[in-house]
Order: sequence, then C-alpha cells, then structure tokens
Amino acid sequence: MASLSQLGNSLYRGDVSYNIVGRRKAWYLVSAILIVLSIATLGVRGLNLGIEFKGGAEFSVPLTVANDQSVSQARETVLAAGETPSTVTIIGGDTIRIQTPALSTEASNALSAALAESFAVEEANIKVQLVGPSWGDEVTKNALRALLVFLVLVAVFLSVYFEWQMAIAALAALAHDVLITVGIYALSGFEVTPASVIGFLTILGYSLYDTVVVFDKVKENTKGIHGGSRTTYSEAANLALNQTLVRSINTSIVALLPVLSILVVGVSLLGVGTLNDLALALFVGMLVGTYSSLFVATPFLCQMKERTAENIALAKRVQARRKGGDTAGDDLKPVVSIGAPIVASAGPRQQRVKKTRSRRSGK
Amino acid sequence: MAQHYRPGRSLLIFTVGLIGLMIWTFLPGERHTPKLGLDLRGGTQVILSPSVAAGETLTQDQLNQTVAIIRQRVDGFGVAESEVTIQGTGNGAKIIVTIPGETSRTVVDQLKTTAQLNFRPVLAIDFGSPQASASPTPSVSDSASPSASPSGSATPATSTSTTPSPTPSVSVAPELLVPPIQSPDGAGDFADRFAALNCAESDILNGSTDDPAQYLISCEKDGSVKYALAPADLVGTDIESATAGLPQQGAGGWQVDLQMTTDGAKKFADSTTKLSALESPNDQFAIVLDGVVISAPSVNEPILGGSAVISGSFTADEARALAQVLKYGALPVALDVDEVQQISPTLGNDQLRAGLIAGGFGLLLVVIYLLLYYRALGVIAVISLVAAAIMTYLVFVILGRGIGFTLTLSGVAGAIVAIGITADSFIIYFERIRDEIREGKRLRVAIDQGWIRARRTILAADFVSLLSAAILYYLSVGSVRGFAFTLGLITFVDIAVAFLFTRSLVTKLGNSKWMNSGSAWTGVSPTRLGVTSSTSEVN
Repeated sequence: MASLSQLGNSLYRGDVSYNIVGRRKAWYLVSAILIVLSIATLGVRGLNLGIEFKGGAEFSVPLTVANDQSVSQARETVLAAGETPSTVTIIGGDTIRIQTPALSTEASNALSAALAESFAVEEANIKVQLVGPSWGDEVTKNALRALLVFLVLVAVFLSVYFEWQMAIAALAALAHDVLITVGIYALSGFEVTPASVIGFLTILGYSLYDTVVVFDKVKENTKGIHGGSRTTYSEAANLALNQTLVRSINTSIVALLPVLSILVVGVSLLGVGTLNDLALALFVGMLVGTYSSLFVATPFLCQMKERTAENIALAKRVQARRKGGDTAGDDLKPVVSIGAPIVASAGPRQQRVKKTRSRRSGK
Repeated sequence: MAQHYRPGRSLLIFTVGLIGLMIWTFLPGERHTPKLGLDLRGGTQVILSPSVAAGETLTQDQLNQTVAIIRQRVDGFGVAESEVTIQGTGNGAKIIVTIPGETSRTVVDQLKTTAQLNFRPVLAIDFGSPQASASPTPSVSDSASPSASPSGSATPATSTSTTPSPTPSVSVAPELLVPPIQSPDGAGDFADRFAALNCAESDILNGSTDDPAQYLISCEKDGSVKYALAPADLVGTDIESATAGLPQQGAGGWQVDLQMTTDGAKKFADSTTKLSALESPNDQFAIVLDGVVISAPSVNEPILGGSAVISGSFTADEARALAQVLKYGALPVALDVDEVQQISPTLGNDQLRAGLIAGGFGLLLVVIYLLLYYRALGVIAVISLVAAAIMTYLVFVILGRGIGFTLTLSGVAGAIVAIGITADSFIIYFERIRDEIREGKRLRVAIDQGWIRARRTILAADFVSLLSAAILYYLSVGSVRGFAFTLGLITFVDIAVAFLFTRSLVTKLGNSKWMNSGSAWTGVSPTRLGVTSSTSEVN
C-alpha cells in the first residue's frame, strides 16, 4: 500500500511518468488485435444464446447429487413424455437442467410432473421457465433501443460538459469495451442471458463513468495551456492520466472486489444463475473499461486534439522553446532530480504553472 | 465558498434525515423489510403480451380492461400480494403477473384463458358413447325459491335430437369438422356437420372466437359430448357476479350462485321462460367459453329475478372454476405467453442468501482495502459506506410500501455493483485532498480545495450513471428494470452521503489536532505524500 502511495506521489509530481499518450500506437495495436479477434470469433462461433433468446422450455430439477446417470435418466423421462430434450446439463453438481424446444403450458406441466415422479422430488421444487419465441427478439430490440438513446444523450452531455472531441473519444472507448466483452463471451462460450445483457448495459455506464473522471482531469490540466508555450496538449493530457492513475487503480480494485465476490460466492453456492451471468459480464467489462479509459480514450482524444489549429501552433511554440531554451527536456521525461525542492522546480511542475502562480499571489 | 461551510450543520441535516427515514421505516404496524421479488422468495411470474392483428392498435382502455380482468382472476387465486402490472404502452405493452409462493402449475392456463363467454340454448346433444352419459346434467334454478331443485336431473343417455334429424350417411369434408363450427343461420349442412363430428377425435381449436350471433357446433371440454347450439341469449358481460358455495340447506354438492346485471336479468328471464317450457334437451342452455362448452345446465323454471343457482354434482374445485369463468369471462384481447418462470421458495431463499453473502463479502473486501490504503480517511469512507447501506435499506423498505418497489436478484446485483461506484466518490475526494497536500497545502485548505475539485467530477460521473439507469429503466422490461432502478436509487444515496455526510466528517476530522500531526496513520501525512518540510507552506 505504501508503495502505491509513493508511486502516487511520484506520478503526481511527474517524477515518474508513464508515457501513455506517446505510445498510443502500441495500445491501438493491442486493442485492434483484441477487436479483430472478437469480431472473428463472433463471426465463426457466434454467441451461446440462453433460452430467453431462443425460446423454449427449461426445467431445473434439484437433486442431492447429479451425475451422468441422472442426465440419461432425465433424457429418458423427457423422451418418454413425448418431448425432445435439446440439452441436459448438470449445474453446480446438484441440479439437472433440461432444455427443450417450445412447449405448450399443458405439455410443460405434464413434463414437469413426469420429471418430479422420475426423480422423486416435489414438483413445486422444479424451476420451470417457458419462453415464447418472440420474447428474446423483444428483449434484444429493447436493449438496442436503450443503447441508441443512451449513446445520443451521453454524446450530447459530454459535448456540452466537455467538448465534442471528448464525446467521440469516450464513445469510441465504449464501443471498444462492448466489442471486446462480447468477443470474450463468444470465445469462452458463456451463455448470454438477459442478466448478461444487463451486465453489458452496466458496462456502458461504468466505462463512461471512468472516462469522465479521467477527462475531467485532462480538462483541468489543459485549461490555459494555449496561453503559454511550455507544454503540448498531449503532454498535459498525459500528466492528467498519470495523476489519475492511482485513482483509476483504486477505483477499479474497489469496483471489482464486490463483483469478484459475487462470482466466487455465486459459483460456490448457486452454480449457474442470474448473479453469475451478471457478475461475469461486469468483471470482464470493468477490466476492459478501465484499460480503455486510460489507454484508448485519452490517446485517441489527443490524436484528435493535436490536429486542431491552436494545438498545432502550441506544439510548434513548445518545440521552438525547447530547442532554444535550456530548461525542459525534449520529451515527457522528467529532468529534475528527485531530491530537488519541489515548489522551486520549474521542470516537472511546469504543467501547473498557472495554478501555482495564482496560489502564490493569493497568499 | 468554503469559508461559509459549516460541517456541523450538514452532519445534523444528514443525521436528522436518516433518523426520519428510520422512524418512517419502522412505523409500527407496517412491513419492516424490503418487499422481495419473486426470484428471491419463490413464485410464478408470467409475462403476457396482447396479440393484436397487424394494422390494429391496442387502446389504453382495452389494455386497462384486460389488466382489470386478469387482476380479478389472480385475486381469485387467493394468494396474498399477487401483482398484475403493465409495462410499456400500446401494442408493445406487456402484462406482468407475479404470484408469490408455491402456486399450482395450472395458474398459467387459467390466466391465459381469454374467455369469450356466451349462453346458448341447446338445439341437440349427442353423448357419443353411452358410458359418457354417466355424469348427470346440472340444472339451473331460481335462487329466490328455497325449494331449489335437487341436483342430478339427468338427461337421457341417448341422443335426443330435435333439430332437423341428421342423416348419418352424408359425408362432410374433414376440414369442416374442426370444432367449434359456426354457421350464420343453422341451415344448410349444419345438421350434417353436427352428425359427422366426432368430439373424441377432433381437437378443439384453442382460443377460437365465438360469434354470439351465429349458430355453433362444439364439444364439451373433455371431448365427450357434442352440442348443436342456437345463437346466444346472454353474453359474459350480462353477468354481474358468480360465486361458488354450498347450498344453505346443506343438501347436494357445490353450486354456483349467479347474479345478472339489470340488462342481463331481463334477457335471462326471457330465455329461461322460453327454455323451461321446452322438452329435454332443449330446456338446457350451454355455457360456452371461447367456443368450448363448459357446462349445459337444464332450466327447471323461469328465472325472473336475475339471480340463479347452477347446481349439479360439482366438486368444490369444479364449482369454483365455473364461477371464475362466469365472473371474469371475456377479455377484450387474446394474450400470448411470452415467458413463464416458476421458482420454488427454496431456490428463492438460496438466491437471497447468496446475494446477501456476496454483498457482505464484497463490502468487507472493500472495507479492508480502504482501511489499508487510506487509514484514518479510510475509516470515514467505511462509515460513509455503512451510512449509505443503511440509507439504501431504509429507502428500499419505504419504496416497497409506497410504490410497490420489489427487490429482485438483479436489484441485489445492482446494489452490489453500486458499492464500487459509491466508494469511488470517496476515492475521488481523498485523492484530490492528497493532491492538494502534495502541492504543499495545509490539511484544512487541502480538504476544502479538494472538495471543490472533487465535487465537479463526482457530479459529472454520477450524472452519467444516473442517465444510464434512467434510460435502462424506461426502455426495458422485467429484470433489467429492477437493476436500473436500484442502480439509479443508489446513485442518489451516494450523492446525499458524499455531500452531506462524508464531506462534513472529513472536515471535522481535518480540524482535529491529531490529523494535523502528520502521523502516518492519518492517511494524509505530508511526509508520506512526498512533501519535505522545506516545501511545506507555512502560514
């Protein structure tokens, strides 16, 4: 903990600075590979859609111990009842889950009674779920509509609160997160249920939340830099990233801990279920979301911002000053030795010169 | 800005508010726990969608009427806290029925029965095989007359047809023989089709419409008896109420008491006067639900008062089912079953337990991390989290009572996820304070300045969270809604706690001598934050 704290100090002052923005090509490459992999897997394997999306009937029969024998017993019972089992699986070691194509309520009642008799369990303890064929389409349609409205509103909010480039960068990071998360689902073959859809939608919120926090610092650090010639937009943004790095790490840990606990507790107590589906999507999405707000959103933002006239001019001035001057280094590399008095040092703290000055004058 | 900040006052507002919520929550005679959704306590949830033909639109009126009828049916099951809600509007509307606890598996069938109820005079009856005639025909009598005719006025076991007598030799195309068969005038091949129909072999078409103005050939539910029926004398809306009960005299089995509307009483009087004068089986009327004959009592006497008794050798269940059909007859639209979920109370309990354990465990991990990293400030974060948890619980309870908010499994998941978002508000604030200290500011200044900077970020980030929750809530159905609602709710709780509680606690603590002592355990020690004594500002 102490070392993270020390790292925080160093990051804040700029003694240690990870050149995140400058290495954007590397991050883009990593993300591009992940995205291409995701799309390819999606195309080849597709998603393992849950019964809610396919339509059909599902029966969960609680047993004391479920084994291969109970699987075949379940199959026989279903066949004897005149239905065809599409899948029979063991869940959590003590539950048999049987999925069949769509059944009428009468047929489902009959089958659930047959299963209860065959396994000698109380019929009331069998969990039954019947899903109409159009239900999944509707859930998907609703989710997509929600997504679209959300994106438009968020773009408006970010454009007003920040600026349009930030809105685009944030949405790009968002698309990145969702694509990769969906790709991981396709690759791993995890079942996609309405609960995982909730998870995906939450990732949207979380990914943006995280990006907003980082961008807020970027906005603060880049305010007023155009009046001077000390630092470029990318450098100021990179410092912001480094300064919020500890926050990002802490937030991610704190957000992931409860999700992880759902996963662990859920798997050990319940086997498969809503909680796990949700937690899994969240866990993957939050990891990707933290990565993207640091390594995708901000570099992408800088790329866009560096193309604006005022930032091109600023970059030129900074370059000219560094060539002629003898103070700051050529890159983001800090030049001041760690032992130097901090307030007096102009080097690493140059990005906040205005702030420092105003504070001094205010005294 | 910061000069006028009085932490004591914020703290007081927050505490008074929290105590107020507690008193409201624990009012005697009210429920003191959140209302649990069906996935946490077991039960049946059915999602129904009205099936509307292309080009038609469903009016809000039709929808409300449908829901009212379904609600009556559900209430008829007698399970406490059953619920019927509408989500969405127009053709996309969904009707969500939740019935808690262990319920019979036939619930779904009974809900879906989109009955169109007609009372039709019987033209002819054919019992098919003689064995099927063993069950006696129920009879209907005036409930006003105490000497209600005893049950079991059995009709002859053989076919006694008074319609144009069927000629058995005529062949009818099989596709014309799917009951219910309707005919505008009862002429033409009506009699032939009646004769050729074999109820035991033909499946009755489910959910058929029954035009009360037309003649009808149909079967009894179990396929044993076939009927030729005249146009309806009465329809479902003519019935005011129907209840199952035992006769007051104690003789005979269960019976169904009928009460007609004013209009219905008149029609019923005309009909029974006409029917009671006729010979069997033409003194019977068939109660037809969606084209299927439910029962065909014979009429013993003209019933003028508008209240009648249908008696027969009913069991309690049969009588109740008949009463239900009579009372909640016609739904204005047909319903499709989108999803049925039946969860046993045992599984519900397991899920609740798992949710609580996961939440508790997750909270514990977060607490440990915050304490290790932020030390004294971490203690404040933990107290704030606990305050937020208590507040969330209270709001759950109050909303459960007020607007029927139910906590579902996805809601629990939303709450667990929200732990992270709430804790993040504190992290943003604390990191800002530490930033200010790294700048060399004194603790009290750092706390004030840090708040001003953190506040903006917290509000912007929470706004995005809230936005996603609100959109999810309005545009989705079912479990997604529960999740979105919880997430949005907790975002509000987070803002209240961060602004009124956490900030004032941090400010109060910042005024203490110990926090300014520079001890490593404060979490804001300038030395540990890299500020050397020479750089600390002196003022």
